[in-house]
Formats: sequence, C-alpha cells, structure tokens
Amino acid sequence: MGIEQTFYEAMREHGITRRSFLKFCSLTAAGLGMGPEFAGKIAYALETKPRTPVIWLHGLECTCCTESFIRSGHPLASDVILSMISLDYDDTLMAAAGYQAEEILEQTIAKYDGNFILACEGNPPLNEDGMYCIQGGKPYVEKLRRMASHCKAIIAWGSCASWGCVQAAHPNPTRATPIHKVITDKPVIKVPGCPPIAEVMTGVITYMLTFDRFPELDRQGRPKMFYSARNHDKCYRRPHFDAGQFVEHFDDEGARKGYCLYKVGCKGPTTHNACASMEWNGGLSWPVKSGHGCLGCSEDNFWDRGSFYSTVTDLNVAGRVEATANKVGGVLAGAAAIGVAAHAAASVISHLKDNNKGGASHD
Amino acid sequence: MTETVTANGFKLDTGGQRVVVDPICRIEGHLRIEVNVDDNNVIRNAVSTGNMWRGLEVILKGRDPRDAWAFTERICGVCTGVHALTSVRAVEDALGIQIPENANHIRNLMMLAQYTQDHLVHFYHLHALDWVDVVSALKADPKATSTLQQSISSWPKSSPGYFRDTQARLKRFVESGQLGPFANAYWGSPAYKLPPEANLMAVTHYLEALDFQREIVKIHTIFGGRNPHPNWVVGGMPCSFSLNENGAINMEWLNLVSSIIDRSINFVDQVYIPDLKAIASFYKEWTYGGGLSSKNLLSYGDFPNVANDWSQDNMLMPGGAILNGDLSKVHEVDVRDPEQIQEFVTHSWYKYPDENQGLHPWDGITVPNFVLGPDAKGTKTDIKQLDENAKYSFIKAPRWRGNAMEVGPLARYVVAYARGDEEIKDQVDGLLHDLDLPLPAIFSTLGRTAARGLECSWAAHKMRYVFDNMMANLKAGDTATANMDKWEPNTWPGDVKGVGHVEAPRGSLGHWVHIKDTKIENYQAVVPTTWNASPRDPAGNIGAYEAALLGTPMADVKQPLEILRTVHSFDPCLACSTHVMTPDGEELASVKVR
Repeated sequence: MGIEQTFYEAMREHGITRRSFLKFCSLTAAGLGMGPEFAGKIAYALETKPRTPVIWLHGLECTCCTESFIRSGHPLASDVILSMISLDYDDTLMAAAGYQAEEILEQTIAKYDGNFILACEGNPPLNEDGMYCIQGGKPYVEKLRRMASHCKAIIAWGSCASWGCVQAAHPNPTRATPIHKVITDKPVIKVPGCPPIAEVMTGVITYMLTFDRFPELDRQGRPKMFYSARNHDKCYRRPHFDAGQFVEHFDDEGARKGYCLYKVGCKGPTTHNACASMEWNGGLSWPVKSGHGCLGCSEDNFWDRGSFYSTVTDLNVAGRVEATANKVGGVLAGAAAIGVAAHAAASVISHLKDNNKGGASHD
Repeated sequence: MTETVTANGFKLDTGGQRVVVDPICRIEGHLRIEVNVDDNNVIRNAVSTGNMWRGLEVILKGRDPRDAWAFTERICGVCTGVHALTSVRAVEDALGIQIPENANHIRNLMMLAQYTQDHLVHFYHLHALDWVDVVSALKADPKATSTLQQSISSWPKSSPGYFRDTQARLKRFVESGQLGPFANAYWGSPAYKLPPEANLMAVTHYLEALDFQREIVKIHTIFGGRNPHPNWVVGGMPCSFSLNENGAINMEWLNLVSSIIDRSINFVDQVYIPDLKAIASFYKEWTYGGGLSSKNLLSYGDFPNVANDWSQDNMLMPGGAILNGDLSKVHEVDVRDPEQIQEFVTHSWYKYPDENQGLHPWDGITVPNFVLGPDAKGTKTDIKQLDENAKYSFIKAPRWRGNAMEVGPLARYVVAYARGDEEIKDQVDGLLHDLDLPLPAIFSTLGRTAARGLECSWAAHKMRYVFDNMMANLKAGDTATANMDKWEPNTWPGDVKGVGHVEAPRGSLGHWVHIKDTKIENYQAVVPTTWNASPRDPAGNIGAYEAALLGTPMADVKQPLEILRTVHSFDPCLACSTHVMTPDGEELASVKVR
C-alpha cells in the first residue's frame, strides 16, 4: 500500500533530469510568491517521503460522505488533510476551479502514476452515455476510468460508491452503478453507510497509511474491523429484545423506557456496521439510541427492502422471510424465549444473504 | 455579436471572449458557468448549467409516504435534514396530521443548528478562499494578527504565540510542496485585498471552524441519532423525552444541547461575525454581484413558534415576495396556488408536452431530454461550449407569478426587513453602520455573504429561545414528541395532496406530494438552487446566478476568482437542484436514452 517512490524518484523515472527537477522547485516557490530560498526546502521535501496523494472524486451523490468525514473527532479532519495525506483533488474543498482544478488530475498522473489513492464518493450513471453526471463537459465515468487506471487502490466511500444507494434504487433511472462494477482491475475497499461513520472513514485512511496495506476485508470487500458485526449483535437495547420488551409506536411507554425497536422496523438484525459499538459524532449516540430504528443504510440496496417501518428483515429472500418475521413478531410481545427464536431466524436470513452475495461481489 | 435586453431588464452581449468554468469547486454537486467578457474583461453574458440528474422522484413513486423523508434527505448531505423535514411536513399536510409542540420545538432546534453549522462551514470552507489569500498569511507578523484579532473580538484564542503556531504549521505544509486542496489556485492575484495579518487570522479560523462545526451538529445526534442524515418521523420526532425513566432523552442530554447552544453563540459572535466585518471592510469597493437581489426576492418564511400554525405572524423568520425592488410591499405567497409557482423546461434538459407552458409542481412532469442546441460546440460527450438559446441545464426554471426570483439568506433578510422585523432590522442597520455603507449596498455579492453571517448569528441565538420554550413546555408537563393517531395507512384518505415547505439554509424549499391508495403517486421538489441557478425561461428571463454575474470585471479571465466569489455567495447545492422531479416512472422508462 505504501508509496515507496518519492516525488523526485518518480520524476527521474519519467526521464526528468535533476536540473529540470530543481527548476520545477524554483518555479513552485515563485508560484507561491516565496523567495528562492524556499526552492531548496521544496526540493528536500519532494526528495524525501511525501504525504500520500489522495484524489477524491464525486459522482452522483449528496456529499454526505464528505460532510461525515469532516466530523471526525479522532483524528481531526484538519489533521488528516494537513498532516497525513495530500488531498490534491476534492472538488468540494479545493481552492481552484475549472481548468486549474482539472489540470491537477493530469499532474497527479504524471507525478504519482500508480502511487495515489483514488477516493470515490458517489457513483457514475451509465445511461445517456454517462451524461447524467457531467464534469468539464464530459461524462464523469470517463474521469473515473482515467484516474482509476493510474491509481494504486480505490476507496469506495459510502453506499453510493459501494452499492449504488438512493439513485440506484428501483427503477434506477440513470443506471447509477457502484465503483467495483465499473472498475474491475484495481483493489477496491468498500466503506458503506449513508454516510459512513466519520471515525470509520478516518480509521480506514489512517490504517492504510500506518500499515501500508488495506485492513482485512470480508467477502464483500468491507473492512472487517468495522463491518463484521451486525448492529443488533452489539446493541445496548438487545436485553429488551431478548426479554420481549418492544416499542409498539413512537413515543409510547416502551419508547420512553428505551425498549427494543424491532417492531417499529429496526433493521439492526441484518445490518453490518459499527454504529452500535462506535456510535456517531464522537461516540455520542446513534439512531437506535435516539429512538429510531436502524435504516440499514450500510447494506446493499437497503432502499428496496420494503418500508423502513415494517418488521421485516429482508424482502430480497421473499415470502418465506416476511412470513417468518411477521409471525414471530406477532407472538413476540411477551415471550422472551420466542424473541430469541426470532433473532435466530433473522440471523439465518442474514447469513443466507451473505452467502448469496459473497461470490459475486468478491473483489 | 448582438446586444439584447432580457425580459427582466438585464443587458446581454454574447460577443467577446467566451470563458468556461467547469467544474465550479467548493460547492455541493456539479455546476458549470460560461460567460462572455468584453474587451475590458467585463462579464456581459452568463450561462448557468446544472451538470447532474439523479431522478429521485421517479424512485419515490409507489413507495410508502412515511419513508419519503429518508429518500429525500439523501438529496443533499450538506444541508442534511432539510429535505427530510420538508418531506414529513408535506405528508403531514396531506394526511391532516397535527404534531406535538415538542416535536415542533425539536424540529426548529435541529433546523437552526443546521443553519448555524452550514453557514459557518460555507463561510470558512467554501467561500473564504475567494477573499482570503492563504499564501499571503505566511508573510504576516503574528503580533500584528494578534493586535488585529484583539481589536475586533474578545475571542480568547488571540495571542501572538497562537497565531505563530498556526503560521508555522502552514509554513511546514506549504514548504512540503504538497499543497493539497490549496494547489493550483489564485494566490497572489490582484483581486485579493486583505493584508497578510488579516489573511493569517482568517486562515487560523478556517482551521478552528473546521474543528468546531462538528460540535454544533451534535444537536442532530441527540434528537436524530446522527449527523449527517439524522432520523425523522411523520407525526413528530422519533425521539422521546424521559425525565423519569432511563431510556430516552433525559436531563443530561438536554444539558448538552444547552451547552452546545452557548458555545455556538460564542463562536459565531466572537469569531465569524468579527471576521466577516473585517474582511468586508477591505472589499467595500467590490460592489458587484447584485443581480436579481435588488428586484425580485422570495421567502416562504419558517420556524413556526407554535406548532401547526403556518401564518406568517407565527413565523420566527417571516416570509413573502418582493417584486421590482419595491420594499414597501411584501406579497403573500401561496404554494398551493397553481398560478403562483410554476416550472418551465424550455431551456432545461427535460421534455414537456407544451414546451412553453409552465406547470405547478402538483401537476408537473419530467422526462429527461439531453440534447445540445445547434450553436453548441464540441460533441455530446465532450462539450466545449453550450448554446443557451436551446436547452442547456439539468435545472428547471421555476418562476413565481412568471418572475425569476432570488432565494436564500439575503432574500429572507430583505423580506423580513421589509416586513419591519425589529431583530433583523437592527442586525442589518448595525452592520451597515459599522461598515459605513448605505442600505442598497446589501444588493451585492458581499451583501449575500453578509446576510448569511448575520443569519448564522440569528439562528444561534434563536436556538436559545426555542430551547427555553421547549423546557418551559416540558416543565408544564407536556412531554409528547409524536402523534401516532394516523400512523397506520388504513386511517388515511384514498386520494390526497399535500405540500411542505422549509426555509433551508440556501433558500426556499418545497415538496409537493400526491398520495393515492396509501402510496406515493407523485412527488416533486422545488429547491433553493433550482431558483437561484435557474436557466432562462420562454419569456427570456434569466436566473439569479446569471443576473448576478453580469457587469463584473475580471482581473484575469484565466483566473475566475470573481465568478467564484459571486456564485459561491449563493452557496450552490447542485445535488439538490438537479435531482428534479417526475411524477411518472413509466413515462420515463419509455424514453429512449441511448
């Protein structure tokens, strides 16, 4: 994962002489409005290990991933950007625009070919020749392919890049397509969630910088350290589930007592994410703790699995599951033992789903 | 080529050099701006193009209306929550659901927190670099920055050592040669006017604000479980109060909300507002970018003081429409009236049965129709120049009684000012007095930026007011947060329509829903950036971005700093504006797109 080559070494490899390199450093110093004495310092920095360049692209998305990223408390987003990576392109944050912005992409390919991380937020639409997402007059998918072909590895931020998310929900009018289905020859790490937890995002980046590799991934390409458990497994309301104590309606007596939200649609039993263990916004709370069921936003196609309020764990495996969950849910109200049975059923369903997906999505 | 005058009174000249800026960065989503400049590099024609389409309303068709908030919330993650709130309001309106007082207070608190955080992030992280030269900050004397800071604010982080540390960090960063998000920008341009010490102060606060903004949103985390994209529910809020049980929002969390409010007020009043005034004082000569703001402005009004009462008298931020710059008359706006709000697609990449007819959102249709005009340059997948006489944007053209309108903080402030709102008047008059500027000065790029800052302060203080009201309500024994009487679909009428509106941070936002047999039959949204980034309409009216860019001189056409300034002053949100609407998924599916 690490970038062994310094910028200087990369330039030499591309046939650029040391003289030209030093001239580049002088020009950079002058371009920054600084004196010639800075040229030497820039040269020194470029000859030693640089911060890992990150190109952060945006396709069809809502920018919630970027917003989540800047909420990170440890490390602070400002520290990541100033001290850990070199965020050379991110159209949401970068100072330049237009030609000056797009020029950076080609500069990055020239300087860091095969050595930069491509962070993808959102996904490319493929209908209408890709022109439902236009950047610089061209389809976004072109830019994505070009940068991907020169990158070292890809981070698929959020559920858009990982699975398709809301614009890919039925009937997916723009044919919005997740990254791993468009780019098939590069390693992709999926960091799903709509959005992912801030500290999961910075955790993935810092792991890659620290250990020079991807963290261990599951069969679907997600880092196990954040996505191996279901929210239900780690939920602090779990004892109420096991005891058959449920919220029947929002703001009822059970809601005020913090009972289990399974019957008002919580998708925690089938959702792999770190919300229950890490919580959100500096570990303050998470959806279940605030009183609303989990939407399942880190799962593939969570938009098309029936209402967020139906007590159904997975519509994808059809009638059998719906019947099981409804039937068990109906008996559940007072019976702890059957509560466990319901959970077992949900677990089986989830397991089946993983098995179904495992082969197809393996990267 | 030719000089023309638009229906809304702007002079256009499509001769001279064409300058294309795509992408416009530091915004949400994908936007393109093309301008024509004359021999003196003054902008004489402007073309605003929404570059993306996601089709969310197609996706909503046939779904459970109680789920719609979650889908529409994903229209935008920057102004997170605003579409969710608009959506639950629309569904509640359709189904005749009254929400509890506490739910109204919590929603107001969450939306005010959103204003505070969103405006702060916009100013420092999306807009400041149009005015602040990062590299110049390296030349500052930290002592001079300290003196400047202490002369304008009582903010405690103001010592020379503090600014020296920041400067040293910035220096290390720049000397590394890896400029990250600051690379290839316009540093050193003559358009930058701040002295080095002011630049260092602003850059320091860029970093401070980046760290602080994540505190403000914890109000969403407490009531909605997380941010971005907190949770909502039709009928109220999903969170409960429990002052006697251990399972819901209790005194500890309420204390945290109260503490966040206090800290937000301090940060905005001691950092943001003084910075805004200091920066503005160096750009008083830069009076460009007024555009539509001195003519037509729209605000729906928002923040109901008492739940379920939508009269303007009950709004903490009163709304209305201003036409032709006549501040003596505020027109009432009716979002249900088919004659008032209409959308046109003559210049948008959509198809209507009658291309010159506008449609009210309840009757609207959208079928994408991506075609370039005869005078466009390049190819379908490599556009060099658009033809604004034909279709040229994924944004529709919404009009109020046929007029192109500007929405957003400046529109809200001018409407509230015209209505005689004392608080707003005091804020505006105070700022103008401090900067020694007359009232018309607010009809400008800087006026838009200043109104957003004032509104950030207003919102932070209003959080205190709403929180205190909520506590008084709890004290009186009312702890309800949700009305579940009409939760079950079997209690709903067979065929109903509803509308919900919110004043989002970027401006007036409306969702129109048609529910038939318990499912969404049609769902449409008209969002702030649809108004502001609007293309031309069949009558020839240009939109707010296009109008605002006219007449602006550029120091160097290769460095589009002036374009960025004015466009950023609107705080564009393209994912919002261009998800756009359609009632009929089947119709769309029949369109041949390849």
